[in-house]
Order: sequence, then C-alpha cells, then structure tokens
Amino acid sequence: MADLTTDFLGIRTPNPFWLASAPPTDKEYNVRRAFEAGWGGVVWKTLGMEGPPIVNVNGARYGAIWGADRRLLGLNNIELITDRPLEDNLVEIKRLKEDYPDRAIIVSLMVPCEEQAWKDILARVDETGADGIELNFGCPHGMAERGMGSAVGQVPEYIEMVTRWCKENYNKPVIVKLTPNITDIRFAARAAKAGGADAVSLINTINSITSVNLDTMSPEPSIDGKGTHGGYCGPAVKPIAMHMVAEIARDTETSGFPISAIGGVTTWRDAAEFMVTGAGNVQVCTAAMTYGFKIVAEMISGMSDWMDSKDYKNTSEFMGQAVPNVTDWQYLNLNYVAKAKIDQDSCIKCGRCYAACEDTSHQAIWMKEGRVFEVNDAECVACNLCVNVCPVEDCITMEPMQVGQTDPRTGKKVVAEYGNWTTHPNNPSALEEA
Amino acid sequence: MAESPRTPGVTAGRLDAKSLQKNFVDLHGPLDAHEASVAADRCYFCHDAPCITACPTTIDIPLFIRQIATNTPKAAAKTIFDQNILGGMCARVCPTETLCEEACVREAAEGKPVEIGRLQRFATDTLMNDGSQPYTRAASTGKKVAVVGAGPAGLSCAHRLAMYGHDVTIYDANEKPGGLNEYGIAAYKSVDNFANNEVNWLLSIGGIDIEQGQALGQDLSLADIQQQYDAVFLGVGLDGTNKLSIDGAALNHVTDAVEFIADVRQSKDYTDIAVGRNVVVIGGGMTAIDAAVQARLLGAENVKVAYRRGQDSMNASRWEQDLATAKGCQILPNLQPQSIDGNSSVSSITFEYTTTTADGLQGTGETITLTADQILMAVGQTLEGQPDGIALDTGKIQVDSNGRTSIDGIWAGGDCANGGDDLTVTAVAEGRDAAEDIHKHLCDN
Repeated sequence: MADLTTDFLGIRTPNPFWLASAPPTDKEYNVRRAFEAGWGGVVWKTLGMEGPPIVNVNGARYGAIWGADRRLLGLNNIELITDRPLEDNLVEIKRLKEDYPDRAIIVSLMVPCEEQAWKDILARVDETGADGIELNFGCPHGMAERGMGSAVGQVPEYIEMVTRWCKENYNKPVIVKLTPNITDIRFAARAAKAGGADAVSLINTINSITSVNLDTMSPEPSIDGKGTHGGYCGPAVKPIAMHMVAEIARDTETSGFPISAIGGVTTWRDAAEFMVTGAGNVQVCTAAMTYGFKIVAEMISGMSDWMDSKDYKNTSEFMGQAVPNVTDWQYLNLNYVAKAKIDQDSCIKCGRCYAACEDTSHQAIWMKEGRVFEVNDAECVACNLCVNVCPVEDCITMEPMQVGQTDPRTGKKVVAEYGNWTTHPNNPSALEEA
Repeated sequence: MAESPRTPGVTAGRLDAKSLQKNFVDLHGPLDAHEASVAADRCYFCHDAPCITACPTTIDIPLFIRQIATNTPKAAAKTIFDQNILGGMCARVCPTETLCEEACVREAAEGKPVEIGRLQRFATDTLMNDGSQPYTRAASTGKKVAVVGAGPAGLSCAHRLAMYGHDVTIYDANEKPGGLNEYGIAAYKSVDNFANNEVNWLLSIGGIDIEQGQALGQDLSLADIQQQYDAVFLGVGLDGTNKLSIDGAALNHVTDAVEFIADVRQSKDYTDIAVGRNVVVIGGGMTAIDAAVQARLLGAENVKVAYRRGQDSMNASRWEQDLATAKGCQILPNLQPQSIDGNSSVSSITFEYTTTTADGLQGTGETITLTADQILMAVGQTLEGQPDGIALDTGKIQVDSNGRTSIDGIWAGGDCANGGDDLTVTAVAEGRDAAEDIHKHLCDN
C-alpha cells in the first residue's frame, strides 16, 4: 500500500484528506470523530472576534439540487461563522491538538479589517498549539455584508494587507482562502502571495440560489417566505474549482505556490485530479455532510490503489503532473484530427447520439435500417457530444486520424506538425512564420 | 377447517378467507412516488424510441416517463390516455415483457428494461384516483353511433366518438360492462374493482349511454340498430369457446377455463369458488395460465398445464409461464388430449405425447394418464352469433385497416375482428382507430 503521508507547508499528515472549515469542524465532538474515522487534518470552523456570539437564522440553512434517486449534486448554505463562544473553541482546539499530534488542525479566522482585531485573535490562536491559520476571505453571505469574508477576498489590496498583518503577528503557516465570486482568481492569489501567505486554499462557496418554491414564490432555503443567496458547493462545483486551481498553478507569478484544493471533492479520484492539477492536498466538506466521516476510508483506499497501480511511492510524485498540460485555447494543436467511432457490439441502439448530433450538432451520424447508428466522417468534427450523451461507457470513442490520412470533411491530409491558432492563416494577427 | 388442498374432488373453501385474500393481492403492486421517480430516471429518452413502435397503441412512452420524472404524473397520464383511454387497465394486463419492455434498449443493455408498465400504472392511477376526466366533449354533432360490446374495443371507440361530440349508445350482453377486462382476466391483475371503476371513469366524459343485457342477435338485431343510428361499431369479442371432441369431454367438472376465470373475478372473497384437488388445464395461452394460477391460489394441490406443442410455441409469454411455475403449477408441453375417464365426474385424462416434424405436429404413440378431478379447457375462443351477411375471414369479421366491415356503415374491432393479436391493448387501438374513421365518415356525410 502506497504511503499517503503528505507534507503541506511543513505540516505532515497521514493523508492529504482534510476537512474544510465548515459545520463538520465546528466542535470537539465532531472533530474527534473525524480523526477517529481517519481524516488527515481539519480546518476548524471559522472563529470570529471575541464578543457577543454570532447569530444564525433559525430556519433552513441549506438548499440543494439533486440528480437521480435524490443523489445530492449541489448544496448551498446561508450559515455564518461559528456561533459558539471563542473561548470554548480555543479550549477544544488545544485539547484535540494534544490528543492528535499527528493530525493537522488549522484555525480559520474572520475578524474585521483592523490590524488590532487580527493581532488579538492571533495571540489567542497561537496558544492552542494549532498548526496554522486559514484566513476566511471567501464566505459570500452575511459576513460579507459586514465587510468581512468575500468582501475582503474580492479586493486584492485588502487580501494583501490582512495577509501581511497576519504574517507579521503569527509565526506559523498562513493559508489564504479565496472566493470564486471574482472575475479572475489569479489576482487574488497574487495578492495573497505578495502579502506573504504560505499558501492559498480554494474555492470557497459560490453565490447561488438553488431553487424557488413555485407555490410560495420564495427562494430556497426559505426563511419565513424570503430567501437570500447562499454559498454553493458539492460535486456540481468541482469543474469550476479545478479551473481556478489550475489557473493559479500555471500562472507565472504564482507557479509552485502551495494550494489546498477545495470544491466538490467526493471521491479519491476527485482528490487525485486536484492534486495533479497543482494542489498539495484537498479539503472536503459536502461529501462528509452527505455521507458522514466514513467516506474517508474510500478516499484512502482508492488513492492508495491508484498510486500502487501507477507505482507512485509518495503523493509528492504525482502532484502537479497535469499542470503543464493546462494551456490556453490558442495553443491547442489544430492539426490534430479525430473522428467519432461507434462500437456496434456495445451499442444498445438508443439513438441518443443521433438525436444529439442531428438536432444540435453537425448531422454526422446516420441512422440506418435496423437502428444501426454510424458516423459520417465527412461531417464529423469530433465534437465529443455523442460520447457525452451515450449511456454506454466506451461505446463511442474519439479516434485520432493517422498522419497522411485525408480528413474526408476537409479534404486535407493529416500532418504530423503541431500548428495552433497563433500561426493559423485565418488569424488576422497570426505571427509571421520565421 | 373442513376442507383442505388435499380434500378429494371439486370443492370450495380449500383455503380460509384470509389466505385467499393474501393469495389474490395485486400482482404488480403500485410504485410510490419515489420509486416512480427512480424508475423513470432510468429511461434514456431514446430517439424514435423502440418502445413506442412496440406499443400497439403507440403511446409516447419516453415523453410520459419524462413527465413522471419531472413530477407531472397527470400530464404523463394525459400522454397515455391520448393514445389509449384504457391505459390504466393496459398497465395491469399488457404482456409488457413481449411489447414495450422487450423493445426497451435497457433490456438489450442489461436485461433490465425500464419498468414501463408500472410507470404507466403510476401515472394513470394518479390521474384516475382524483376522479377527474381529462377530456371534454366537443359540441354535439347530432350524429348517433351504436357500439355493440362494452369491452376494450367498444369502450375505446365510444370514448373517442364522445370526444368528437357524437351521441353514443353502447349495447352490451353482460350484466356488467368491461368485457374481458371485467370477466376475462385473472383477479390478481385487476384488484379493487378496477375494471368497473375504469369504465365509470371513462363514461364520465358524457354523451355515452350504456345498456346492459343486450345481446346481438337475441335482444337486438343489427338491422334495427343500423336503421336507428348513423354508424355501428361491433366490438362483440369472441363469445364461443372451442371444445374438446374426445371421449369423456361431457363428464362433470370438464369446463371452460373462461367460465372459471369469470367466476373467480366475480367472486367477492373466493371462498365460494370450487376447485379440484388435481386440476389439469389444457391450452397454452394467457387463459390457460390465468386459470391454472388461480386454481393454485384457490388451494388446488396439483395444477398441471398441458399444451400440445413445444413450450416455446405457447402464446403465454415466458414471464407468464414463469409466474405459473413460481406459483407451483407444472407446465407439460407436447401433450395432446386423447380421452377423459370417469364415472359421472372426471377422474383422469390421458394424453398422447407429440413431436413436431416436417409434416407438422405428430403423435408419438406414447401416452400418459394424469389424475384429474377438474379439467379446464382453454383451447381457443370463437366468434359466435355474428350478424348475417357480414363477411368473415378465418372465422372473424373481416375489416380493412380502418375497421370497416363488408357492410357499409358498420365497423368492427377487437377480438371479433380479423388481424390483431387478441390483446386488450390491440382492441383499444382498433376501437380508437375505427372511431377516427367513423368520425371522418360522419363529418363527410
């Protein structure tokens, strides 16, 4: 079995699976159960400044969307940061860190944008022995309206300023948690780095309304007939999160900057995909909230099996391996030509490929006598829609054409040379060939 | 209890009322809303879906399933009823395993089709349970149409004609309407008086009068009704049954399976239905299976279904055959009846083994004698009392693709007409299509 021990910012944990700052990490009872279940670390539910406790709504906090059989695909929430007294949290963090020295405990923080407020809480956190802090610049609801959370994360100058205060007043790792509710995530990451952060974590939740009740006309979750936008998370947000992680990983200014990936991690495979795309570890919330802490057992066994099958001895061996393959559209090889191929033996004749291609794509699939579906190479642009709508895995595949073959669609021979948009003759601003 | 499955002879009350009640519960229980949504989600919404082609009434199955999946089961029911006003009964009695579900691509993919029949029942039950009739009559046309027979074909025809605003009178020979839906299918396929409730629901569109106890050729003549009405539809079914012409066929307790099935259906608690200890059913169709299974459920100790050809040739679907064997019936293929023995009542039946040769079915000369105190014959039904002067084709009323008979102004459909395959769903389609043609005819004249 492969060794899943992962070093993130010098914090070693038995595996790269941490619980994200959220309800599952709100108190000792849960976190103790999480550690017993095998989680490598936790980021404690965000603490705020000392004073009257945070107030939450007293109705539904979560909304959701579902797939077949009510499989939860997306969850949103309007919960705020911890509503428990600061002192209670700090005492519990200290006790847990003493009991589980091999697990990471990172403390998430959110206090007003005043240096003294940060100084005060950092001193208190330091006394707990926690492994580091995460700055919550991401929460999109409630706290943002009070100038915290995503209100900070949406202004790179504020990110840099607060990060700097923390680095000046705290000796352990500082992770900056970024909001995805922003046009270009790279600016936020660059600001965190400029402020001296040790890492960024992303994504926090996405502004969302999950549904509207058509009887009461209230958005869900509904509080006495009204709703507000909440933070969206779960499997549905993974593609968005992965793009943002990749953007930071391949940005020349932040390349190599440690990233803790968050956003829809549900299985070992999701975690592996984030890590090859530039993350040093992952944080999980919705999957645990859906299935309980036990899911980490599948993540551990799955990643371990995959590492064994690829002969990776250590998680650091595969981290970032996919980053060089994330590029801009303009650098994609336009000389690469593929065609869809339907395996008649595995085809079940549902005709979804035909309907999709005929109605919404390139009319490149024939429906022949006896419901035999075949690809017309002279029309196929290899768009992949047929593959995506086919209910049978691997029934339709995209087969690259060989060099020297003629593409019946364009009448052009397939060439071995790489050629992209930057040099394409149709591009008015194409670079002159040397 | 006095009687038991081992009591000799033919007797009622082999099982107590509670056991009987349990034995005759709904064969395919209804899906609840969540089960329906899970089942509906399995539909791939195929292009030019094979299930639609396989349905004799051409219901847009992918559409109604998607309507269930999107939580609009009444819209789903409307999609079904648009094509098949008896979609509720068809959901219960259709041999879906040889129709839509056999054609389902998931049957090809994984041997587990989408549960189209049960989903259809979910949708139709949802709409019918609130008692609403989704169709309204067009303004009255003043045209009058007589429908003879209140079975699936006649009811379907009448409803479609009523929709178009014609005034319909149904004449039916039985005490209750419904035809085979009421009298001819196994009780466990239509529980809680469904057939009767369905007829009442269908009639709620209005514009349809129904007169029971009116048999064609006895209580009413075709000539009379032709004179009184602008058009006539015959959906009289097959009232006669084939008999065995072998020695002993007239002994006591050698009876028609259809009568037995009707008696069971009309029974309130099944304690009054007499059944043998050793029952032999002769035949290979749905009637044979329905009779055999119900004989077992009533407490017969041994029930055998003897069929003269190979098992693959049985008209009953494989699924129905498996149901029979699961209920403890034994299927004995390649046996043709030779003689029935007994004093006043039957005591045994002797069969000759058969084999299929190039010259057709041949007896092998070997015989087997089965103990039997009750024999139920299910060897086919025939047209009886057909009107004079109407052309027949292979013993049934000859019709063209619009259901027109050889007599101008008379249409026919369902089991009494040629073509089709003696299924409820086919009868519904034929009644509907004849109604469309009658409507066209009435509008043109």
